[in-house]
Amino acid sequence: MLYFTRWKALGIILTALIVCLCAVPNFFPEAQVKSWPAWAQRRIVLGLDLQGGSYLLLEVDAAYVKKERLDQVRDDVRRTLRDAKIGFTGGVTVRNDAVEVRITKETDAQPALAKLRELSQPLGGLMGSSGQRDLEVTDAGGGVIRLSVPQAAVLDRLRKTIEQSIQIVERRVNELGTVEPVIQRQGNDRILVQVPGLQDPTRLKELLGRTAKMEFRMVDTSVPPDQAQAGRVPPESELLMSASPPPTPYVVKKQVLVAGGDLTDAQATFDQRTGEPVVSFKFNTSGARKFSQATQENVGLPFAIVLDNKVISAPVIREPITGGQGQISGNFTVQSANDLAILLRAGALPAPLTVVEERTVGPGLGQDSIEKGQLAAYVGSILVIIFMLLTYRLFGVFANIAVAINVAMIFGLLSLLNATLTLPGIAGIVLTVGIAVDSNVLIYERIREELRGGRNAISAIDAGFKRALATILDSNITTFIAAAVLFYIGTGPVRGFAVTLGIGIITTVFTAFTLTRLIVAWWVRWKRPQSVPI
Amino acid sequence: MTHTVLIGLGVLIAILTVVSALGLLPSLRIVPDDTHFDFTRFRRISFPISAALSIVAIVLFFTHGLNLGIDFKGGTLLEVKAKSGTADIAAMRTSLDGLGLGEVQLQQFGGPENVLIRVAEQPGGDAAQQAALQKLRGALGDSVDIQRTEVLGPRVAGELLAYGMLGLMLAIVGILIYLWFRFEWQFALGAMIANVHDIVLTIGFMSISQVDFDLTSIAALLTILGYSLNDTVVIYDRIREMLRRYKKMPMPQLLNESINSTLSRSIITHVTVTLALLALLLFGGHAIHSFTAVMMFGVVLVGTYTSIFIAAPILIYLGVGEHREDAPDTATPAKKSKA
Repeated sequence: MLYFTRWKALGIILTALIVCLCAVPNFFPEAQVKSWPAWAQRRIVLGLDLQGGSYLLLEVDAAYVKKERLDQVRDDVRRTLRDAKIGFTGGVTVRNDAVEVRITKETDAQPALAKLRELSQPLGGLMGSSGQRDLEVTDAGGGVIRLSVPQAAVLDRLRKTIEQSIQIVERRVNELGTVEPVIQRQGNDRILVQVPGLQDPTRLKELLGRTAKMEFRMVDTSVPPDQAQAGRVPPESELLMSASPPPTPYVVKKQVLVAGGDLTDAQATFDQRTGEPVVSFKFNTSGARKFSQATQENVGLPFAIVLDNKVISAPVIREPITGGQGQISGNFTVQSANDLAILLRAGALPAPLTVVEERTVGPGLGQDSIEKGQLAAYVGSILVIIFMLLTYRLFGVFANIAVAINVAMIFGLLSLLNATLTLPGIAGIVLTVGIAVDSNVLIYERIREELRGGRNAISAIDAGFKRALATILDSNITTFIAAAVLFYIGTGPVRGFAVTLGIGIITTVFTAFTLTRLIVAWWVRWKRPQSVPI
Repeated sequence: MTHTVLIGLGVLIAILTVVSALGLLPSLRIVPDDTHFDFTRFRRISFPISAALSIVAIVLFFTHGLNLGIDFKGGTLLEVKAKSGTADIAAMRTSLDGLGLGEVQLQQFGGPENVLIRVAEQPGGDAAQQAALQKLRGALGDSVDIQRTEVLGPRVAGELLAYGMLGLMLAIVGILIYLWFRFEWQFALGAMIANVHDIVLTIGFMSISQVDFDLTSIAALLTILGYSLNDTVVIYDRIREMLRRYKKMPMPQLLNESINSTLSRSIITHVTVTLALLALLLFGGHAIHSFTAVMMFGVVLVGTYTSIFIAAPILIYLGVGEHREDAPDTATPAKKSKA
């Protein structure tokens, strides 16, 4: 137990040294570290509770995703049957999470079934051969054909929706000019957004809470709005309200001339004549062509700019717009024009997002937490160090050296992993100091016992290490299991605690098995002690 | 001020280190070398006490309940700091009560300028919570700095609670399996009973003190669990060793010997952990106050008691070493070999 080959000793010291050195970048300003080689840039990230910032958990409306898919299937069914000239009665209905259609003629039932089966596509992805399809087309009897969306297909769609949403959210958050935001998927239907330094997320929530589905549509002038409000809306049109107060009804055709996806750029500017804030935009080539054609055909008629099913404005087309660019005015303030420009540039969300969890910490409170955590850490460590010195004297010095290296290694490993340090995480480190000396206490008490049992100094030390190490391993693994579970279930600050506790256990076991032993072994070789001052 | 104290303590450490390295310091023996407390006999008192306390804790849990924090209950929490230096709680209450958000709890903490505002979960799902936050922000206006906000919708809160409980179960089962591998099943079972005992008593404490029960409480519970087990395992390790060495020693005596020989370690480690926790409790700020308070109770009060008075003696009832008298007596001394 007390014999180390030269190489082994060197290996232990080098390992400890390298891990400790990993903590070095934390002591330099961030800007300076940026100029270092990439492998030297790893450092501890402060959690939002310490540096201040906003944490938002957004949820995609899964019901909306499903409903939209069913609506799409309904339109597909209608079109397919019409194209195939197959008659159906009672329309195509969405019922019980499925689309149903009743075929009029019995002889048409089989061809209809065959046609509709063509709508069903195999589910993509890595498991392409799984045999799953995105639609299940069944004959429900009595001429009714039922098209249902299987759970796997819904989840697949939800996954794609989340992926798209994350891209859009990323673009919108980046437009705010924030520093190092974190945007991640969480679970099946959630997106986590962390923005360090953002104290009031109200504007961010406003930006993320809007789908921003932009459409250019014609106003239906065949019916006055007040008559439409009384219930006489033509089937190919719908009644929409204005975006800005007072709420004004508009009858707008359902057909979309150009959609927001055809926009390439949008900027908030001021109108040259009136001086009011407006949003100017540019179409891509296909958007420009569609828009120019539509405006040529409808000179003198009003068209509506619709955002999230609300009419922003409904100007009259005075002349064909062929340049592929234009501007939107609609009682904007500078801020709302800016927001709309951001939303248009970033693109529309495939489904609405709602905030299901929000946590913000102001920078002042974070700084306060850092100071308190530091103070507690210093005081805790000092108390433990003094107590160990009083209890074990020289061996207390050994223990304190081991604990100091232990803590340095915790910071090294945290940096290496780019781990997040939170306030409970600091508590975890302080607790580790308390627990880390336990390994020394176990060894020393065992040595004392062996000495009482009549062994001589060196053999007592040797036996003390041998017997105590097995116990140290067993007792630390139980705590490690608890830390691992905590890491798995926890989020944010709690996860930070699990990380420091778990890493603390690893470094504690490492120092107990190697460094403490090495220090004592050197002392034994140097002193050749007859008695142990323990 | 704190810096001077810290520097002073640092100098003290330096001096102590030199003095101890030179061997000039008398050794501090907290526990005498040879103790012979009859811990096992105490089980006739400790078991009924623990049973009674556990029942009290369970009753408290059902009558008093836990003070569920926002993590598990949902709702809105704001921590504000009055710009003027003193928060006018009465005025705040009047303006916030008028918002129609149900009961608004206001609580001063830390200093006259800090106020914690809590509003229960609003009916109407996630959007309603966000609307409540908007109203609160509006009503508070510019007179305060908002230091911290937390808004949790009903579903997330429910999930967090379920996850927390699941985690607690997972940890217990995981540790049980590990102990089962390393020891015999009786030890694993004994440790688990001790575990559950720790958790039940700590939950009782949380019920009496009405500290917020939130995610950090789960973290505290898991740490208590890990730490208390750490203690238990140290004693179990010793029991196993003694079982191998002294094949004829009666079980109660063997348990006593094991506990007594690890007593010094138990107490010294306890002091160090208590010192660390004490520093956190006194200087760590209110954000982790309930976290450390719960740990202090669980680790310092319950954990050690459990390892010594429950986890070890319960092995007798679980039948550890029952057939030892039948075992062939290998050449081992029947009594202690230590002089």
